[in-house]
Amino acid sequence: MAYSDKVIDHYERPRNVGTLDKDAVNVGTGMVGAPACGDVMRLQIQVNGEGVIEDAKFKTYGCGSAIASSSLLTEWVKGKTLDEARLIKNSQIADELALPPVKVHCSVLAEDAIKAAIADYQSKQGTG
Amino acid sequence: MFDFSKNYFELFGLPVGFRLDTAQLAARYRELQKVVHPDRFAAADAGSQRLSLQGATLVNEAFATLKDPLKRAQYLLALRGVEQDPQKSTLNDPAFLMQQMELREALAAVSSAQDPRARLDALLDEIGGMIKHQLARLAVQLEDGGADQLAAAAETIQKMQFLNKLHAQAEAIEADLEEAI
Repeated sequence: MAYSDKVIDHYERPRNVGTLDKDAVNVGTGMVGAPACGDVMRLQIQVNGEGVIEDAKFKTYGCGSAIASSSLLTEWVKGKTLDEARLIKNSQIADELALPPVKVHCSVLAEDAIKAAIADYQSKQGTG
Repeated sequence: MFDFSKNYFELFGLPVGFRLDTAQLAARYRELQKVVHPDRFAAADAGSQRLSLQGATLVNEAFATLKDPLKRAQYLLALRGVEQDPQKSTLNDPAFLMQQMELREALAAVSSAQDPRARLDALLDEIGGMIKHQLARLAVQLEDGGADQLAAAAETIQKMQFLNKLHAQAEAIEADLEEAI
């Protein structure tokens, strides 16, 4: 299967790989996994007082498309409010990366991850 | 030749269930293979040849499914009418996923450990133990057969898929280590 140039770019130079303190009150952690391929993805966001995502980190064990989807997503959510970030759809990720149909589930995983991270942050704030 | 509408367990003359006598399975496989082997139909008409080929394919598929605990469990769930969507389902168990992530990280760090071989062996033991644990749960859940237990079995199957992937990864690292020696 041929990967698009954008997938290869993110795969070879992933943005924002790393960890934020999962116990910090201003950090939300989303853990998701796709049983079919065994991929696991952790996406973390750090949110400031105005509800804006000021930092995002990810770690993904999976195929190139899964890594690229989460890498791209961390770039997109930085500087966005939680409400804006929540609106990101997997189809936007799939389009941007030109994912073939068999790899669309990787972008679904990334969307699930940001939603889970936001939910985790909000439950810590008592607003979830 | 034989009834193509039988399920895999019936085909092999085995009781429908997760626990299974592997020696009996292997013995029945050899018997069935003899019955349908295309060589036996070399001189037969085209219709019989085609049927024997289809039969041989079915027997092989059935054997591969019943032999593998994970595939057997998935097949049993399907027989009992539990839908499993392989593409959509995301496992909703953050603690389990966190543990998966940590084990992946641990595997990735094996090569830089002081004694990579010993570290890998310890991880292989740990993963093997987790697989055994999930298999035991699966046996109980499938044996029970109630709707709640079948739903729980579907989740256990998902966990098994992660663990099998993890185990395959550990084996790949093992192969790399052996090559490096």
